[in-house]
Amino acid sequence: MVELIVYGIVLGAIIALGSIGLTLVYGIVRFANFAHGDLMTAGAYVALFLVTGLSAWLGIPDTTFGSLSFGWRMALAFPIAMLCVAGVSILLDRILYRPLRAKRSHPVIMAMSALGAAFIVRMIVLILWGADYRFYRPGVMRPAILLPLGVKIRPDQILLLLVVFSLVILLYLFLQRSKMGKAMRATADNMELARVSGIDTERVIIWTWGIGGALAGAGGILYGIDVQLHGGMGFNLLLPMFAATILGGIGNVYGALVGGLVMGIAQQVSTAYLLPTYKPAVAFIVMILILLIRPQGIFGGGRS
Amino acid sequence: MEIGGIIAYLVSLAIMAGIFAVFALGLNIQCGYTGLVNFGIAGFFCVGAYVSAMITTPMPTGLYAQYVKQLFGFNLPFVIGLLGAALVCGIIAYLIGYPTLRLREDYLAIATIGIAETLRLVFNNEHWLANGPRGLMGLPQPLHWLVEPRHYNYIYLVIVSVVMVVIYIAIERVIRSPWGRVLRAIREDEYSSAMSGKDIFSFKMQSLIFGSMIMGVGGALYAHYTKAISPDVFTPLYGTFIIWVMLMAGGSGNNKGAVVGAFVVWFIWTLAKFLTDFLPYALKARAPYIRFLIIMILLEVILIYRPQGLMGEEKRVSKMMD
Repeated sequence: MVELIVYGIVLGAIIALGSIGLTLVYGIVRFANFAHGDLMTAGAYVALFLVTGLSAWLGIPDTTFGSLSFGWRMALAFPIAMLCVAGVSILLDRILYRPLRAKRSHPVIMAMSALGAAFIVRMIVLILWGADYRFYRPGVMRPAILLPLGVKIRPDQILLLLVVFSLVILLYLFLQRSKMGKAMRATADNMELARVSGIDTERVIIWTWGIGGALAGAGGILYGIDVQLHGGMGFNLLLPMFAATILGGIGNVYGALVGGLVMGIAQQVSTAYLLPTYKPAVAFIVMILILLIRPQGIFGGGRS
Repeated sequence: MEIGGIIAYLVSLAIMAGIFAVFALGLNIQCGYTGLVNFGIAGFFCVGAYVSAMITTPMPTGLYAQYVKQLFGFNLPFVIGLLGAALVCGIIAYLIGYPTLRLREDYLAIATIGIAETLRLVFNNEHWLANGPRGLMGLPQPLHWLVEPRHYNYIYLVIVSVVMVVIYIAIERVIRSPWGRVLRAIREDEYSSAMSGKDIFSFKMQSLIFGSMIMGVGGALYAHYTKAISPDVFTPLYGTFIIWVMLMAGGSGNNKGAVVGAFVVWFIWTLAKFLTDFLPYALKARAPYIRFLIIMILLEVILIYRPQGLMGEEKRVSKMMD
């Protein structure tokens, strides 16, 4: 059980990266981005291309760091793929969502547009890479480290947690200290007021999509390292991400982090009693419970 | 291909388009008239198909029972199957509407994605329920004794058309009633309808249930047409997305539009199937993705440039207002 909780924290950290982006976009642009899961898929596959295709062509050695399952290739691919997904995310907003925002389209149209974007991203991934399961590095799993209480954890997973932790710290510093971060928080509070105070809200929106996309890309790559790559991977994470976002209170970044961890643990612990394929269903049940008991989330932003 | 083959092909095309038109009509009540976002059509599709399949087939016996497991098998007529499918879908709609319809609109969208996914997983993994991933086969076809099997599609086209027309007329009638006007009012402005003393939650719930029951009928029609169902059909792409594209293309808030959209999009979809047959061999395995990509780009273009679809909404809401 302790082991499942630890694995839950690992999965939860990945979900959290997604739901932080989701909650930022939700809070600032007031938009439920159904394409967020598939942005994660896109990140994972861009990194796959960089690791197995481009790096080999550039002649970057295919060595690994110590007992980790990856090396320089992934270390370089990771930030580049994050930037690429940030670009995709901004592009989707510029091409598809912004025209609808400008026309003040009905929420039904906005939701449909986002779901369409999700499938467009996934179809492009499937056309380019096919529907087979992929790995960044073929071969056997690295030996696990034995922790107290009989918990086996792979070195990859420890690094994964460190990466998520540092990304969250970076985001915290960005939101608290930088000018753009402050502008983002102001826009989340009240877009009209932010605009009349001279904040360029369009730029804020671009940054929001960019950060959300980059974090989703990172989450997708980490999921690919931890588990495997598949065209439907991001869509399977969409429900837990939304559940985490609602649980943490919409627009609340730190709530989304906690929500992500809770959803990760809930999903992994459920595998002790249910088939692992039921993980999305578990996320759904938890979400319904949240909606019934506390729809404003545990950190009750209350704003809706 | 000689002329008979072409006609037979067109008939099968029309049957599928007609079944999709039933779904589009159901979605039109929820989305077009009430502004509810149901991204879980695949779930109602799935339940409708399975419930009707199990109502109309007998419980497997003897050796067969070792290979096919199902929760129940009533061996009842097709019409009971349709009604049963509608009833169960209505109950599921109530269960999903109860926690979400009081909250902001995107919660229903998220929750319906969840219910569709969950239902598909349950049908896929629980063998005792409806034979797991292998699904159910040999579903009965109504009035099959009238003609030779190879001409049966003509009969089924008539059945689908009758069901579609009945549903169409029913929706047209209720949507022009005071009840229908409340739904439109809620879609346009929830708060002012609430201030006029309308119970928003209750009206939204009725709309969700009504639309989902029609989707259940659509699922049942599909099941008895293909005679075999398995959970892999009811994916978000095939079961939900295409129907949304049909409604958006035809004209959300217009029942004629829903039907026309279903036929047009199903025709484009089939045409894309022909075109992707010309792809080089290496790309053939990925042809379905290319088809879906084309349909989705079509949708995004419609949403931005012609959100009212081919037909647009009829503004005349009452026959009294000429």
